[in-house]
Amino acid sequence: MKSNDVILHTVTKFSAVIILTFSIHLFIAGHHQPGGGFIGGLTTASGIVLLLLAFDIDTIKNNIRVNFINMAVIGVIIAVLTGMLGLIDGEAFLTQSYGDFNLPIFGDTELATAVLFDTGVALAVIGTAVSIIISISEDAN
Amino acid sequence: MFDFIMVLSLVLIAISILFNVYRIVKGPYPSDRILALDTLGVNLIAGIAILSILLRTSAFFDLILLIGILAFVGTIAFARHIERGVVIERKR
Repeated sequence: MKSNDVILHTVTKFSAVIILTFSIHLFIAGHHQPGGGFIGGLTTASGIVLLLLAFDIDTIKNNIRVNFINMAVIGVIIAVLTGMLGLIDGEAFLTQSYGDFNLPIFGDTELATAVLFDTGVALAVIGTAVSIIISISEDAN
Repeated sequence: MFDFIMVLSLVLIAISILFNVYRIVKGPYPSDRILALDTLGVNLIAGIAILSILLRTSAFFDLILLIGILAFVGTIAFARHIERGVVIERKR
């Protein structure tokens, strides 16, 4: 039976943009407010799951050409390596450092290495969640 | 007086969540359970909004948007399951 999915496709095309933008906001806000790499990655994964629900696996795989298992591995490697940066100064594992820099446009800005660690966490969470969902749904014929 | 009204509305929302849970457990058809789950998400959003008014903080606004997104995706997934039998299709 050919089904009519016009409303679902139209709503998904608008709301997927909003969800992915909100996930980037959650990821950036995690330094001083609620948020961070884990919840930002989970929100990105829920946006990709919404795209998978409205369309099908082949369309999403043709348009997002990312191997999510490799993405999870790269995320874990980034998180471990940035955790090891604290070992160079003789501090404990996962010690983070920050400093004030004078950037051209932003002026006096505080940069921290915790953002790099959060990037690794976000990549690992996105890769793990999306690859679990795709591999569960592939078993049904 | 204002705080009393806020606490009273929180209690009423909690009672309506209890009725939603009753419909989720009892509901004769799957569509009744899905609608009750979606309404429970709306009631949770209203409860969090009233709680953030009561505590005079804006820290929960991200949480409201997040619960809205997750309830939306979950409702669509359940609706696909009772309509097609397959949640994520291989080929359209």
